[in-house]
Amino acid sequence: MNTLLAFWSLHTPALAVALPLLGAMLVMLVPAERFPQLRGIVFFLAAALGAFAAINVAGQALADGACTYVFGAGPRIGGGPEATCTTFSGVPIRIYFHIDAAGALMLLVAAITSTAAALYALRSEEGSSGLTAFQPLYLLLVAGVYGMVATGDAFNFFVFLEITSLAGAALAACRIDRGLAAEAGLKYAAISSLGGLSYLVGVGLLLARHDLLNIAALSQAIQGGGPSATDYAALGLMALPLAMKAGTVPMHQWTPDTYSRAPHPVSAFLLISSQASLFGLFRVAFTLFGAPVVSTTSLGAFLAVLAALSMFVGVTMAIPQHDVKRLISHHAVSQTGYMLLGASVALAVLGDAEKTAAFGRDALAGSLFHMMNYAIYNGLLFLAAGAVVWRTGKRNLDDMGGLGRAMPVTMLCFGIGALAIAGIPPMSGFASKWVLYESVFRYSPLLAIVAMVVSLLTLASFVKVFQAMFLGPARKHLSEVKEVPLAMAFPMLLLALATIAIGLFPDVVMQRLLLPAADALLK
Amino acid sequence: MRKSRIVGHIAAVVYPFCLVFGLYVVLHGHLTPGGGFQGGAVMATGAALMMVAGMFDEGEREIKYHHYKAIEAFGLLLFIGLAFAGILSGHGAFFRNIWANAGGWFGAPGESGSFNSGGLLPLMNLAVGVEVFGGISVILVTMIRAMKAAERGEDREDEEGEGAE
Repeated sequence: MNTLLAFWSLHTPALAVALPLLGAMLVMLVPAERFPQLRGIVFFLAAALGAFAAINVAGQALADGACTYVFGAGPRIGGGPEATCTTFSGVPIRIYFHIDAAGALMLLVAAITSTAAALYALRSEEGSSGLTAFQPLYLLLVAGVYGMVATGDAFNFFVFLEITSLAGAALAACRIDRGLAAEAGLKYAAISSLGGLSYLVGVGLLLARHDLLNIAALSQAIQGGGPSATDYAALGLMALPLAMKAGTVPMHQWTPDTYSRAPHPVSAFLLISSQASLFGLFRVAFTLFGAPVVSTTSLGAFLAVLAALSMFVGVTMAIPQHDVKRLISHHAVSQTGYMLLGASVALAVLGDAEKTAAFGRDALAGSLFHMMNYAIYNGLLFLAAGAVVWRTGKRNLDDMGGLGRAMPVTMLCFGIGALAIAGIPPMSGFASKWVLYESVFRYSPLLAIVAMVVSLLTLASFVKVFQAMFLGPARKHLSEVKEVPLAMAFPMLLLALATIAIGLFPDVVMQRLLLPAADALLK
Repeated sequence: MRKSRIVGHIAAVVYPFCLVFGLYVVLHGHLTPGGGFQGGAVMATGAALMMVAGMFDEGEREIKYHHYKAIEAFGLLLFIGLAFAGILSGHGAFFRNIWANAGGWFGAPGESGSFNSGGLLPLMNLAVGVEVFGGISVILVTMIRAMKAAERGEDREDEEGEGAE
């Protein structure tokens, strides 16, 4: 037992990725028609064990500052001579995971949402014909997201980016009943491949110039030697596709299609895969290039403009929507704008130590805070809207109404999610938006005002949705509708509880998780 | 598409050669250009040849589809299992090549360039080869299935058209 525990704690960083992968392969071997239950158990166990390992790693990393795992290494896994194994030209060749406080935050968020969505999927996808593909692909997506946030190697990041892209595209096209899903999947695949290629060219430039792939070693080489034209080119080639994969205006067109056509639990987790891309953008901008390169470009100001556009375009596109999942998808674009806003303010003042200490660090922490909250409450919104669609079979808001009597738990959960996304206290969205307003205001009052106006518009939009779905007189064609089963209500309640808990104790989260994460990125 | 007996039998003769050559490329992956993916693709061309020559009828294709799927899953499982070998051996990380230079199979020390080297790599190549063979064959069967369905659908439309006249 003790040796097992020692094994577990030694190998957790690898197991977080390896267990979902192993589960994906195992689940393929179980025939879907004959043993659906066994398949479900293997599927959920793999997702839950992977999440448990990820939470464990995050705990280790937060306690020790950072946590390293060298793949293919001999007995000294955490580093040592093996970690710096080099080729003739001095390239560190080991693939390795490096999880700092920022990575730990992302691992935590991904672990919580992936488990909730997997539990929800057990019931909501039960008996559907696409399960043969759905379950392995979902586990691949989970493994890819963990890998993206945990890796310490620029090329390895590309590998995991491709895994999430392919799995996400295939999952979006999982229900090909009317061809719309296939179009959404194809769009996502095309956009992702384009983005991935651009990132790869960026990595190639860096490899050619510095002969390195390891992020820590690369950042030393880039920041130590003074930036060159190649570095600037690589920064552009790597940062923009990641912004595109996160769904930033004007590269957001794929998000409404992909999110709204994917199966409901997948929509909730695809958000995290986009977040991982956004996190990759932070890694590239803050860790890899850092102040010497970024502060001599206008990347921060440029991204701030994109962020303001995303917030505004997303919410104005959302207001006229009638398809409930499409509406939430447009809000996802708008919320991504908030996250990018804080980070771009931090990027814009990165070269100025005084301003960074005054508000840049807070802006970045607020951005990470919003990422964390958004992953939870927007996932919750997708799950709750999915529950309504699952029960009623209708996606159009005009066909719904009066569902609050039949589905009180779903109404409660959706209401909590809607309040959080609109930034109403005491939900989590209020806390993170407040941090963002305060810090962004000191950089540019105009941007802060845009953020506040967008928040109001979000509230208006969700009042409409809530009223259309749950309030009003009961509709005749919806008289048979019942509450969703416990297996689907439980994950929603879990996420709702997390939303309220974070909203009630923002200080604890800020001190324990977010400021260390922001410091790890700024270091 | 009418089935030609000559084409079919030639395909049946060439099929084992395709498999053997593919396997050769897979097993020499640690020494020569090529490896698991390329070798697996070569093996799958054999299956493609058989299907195009019409050697698998519809029922056989359906059975083969499930076989190929199982082969694919087995290859993937073998690969991830070999990656776990490092952890399970107790003195190494995930993806540790525990057979390298350890004597025994593929582990002759100091013999770089010989077939009997590379540790777990040849086995990993084999796993990838098996997976790619299964995966590409699944894609081929699915495409042929869709093609046949489309052919049948077009036929039916033609008949309806004639009826309307």
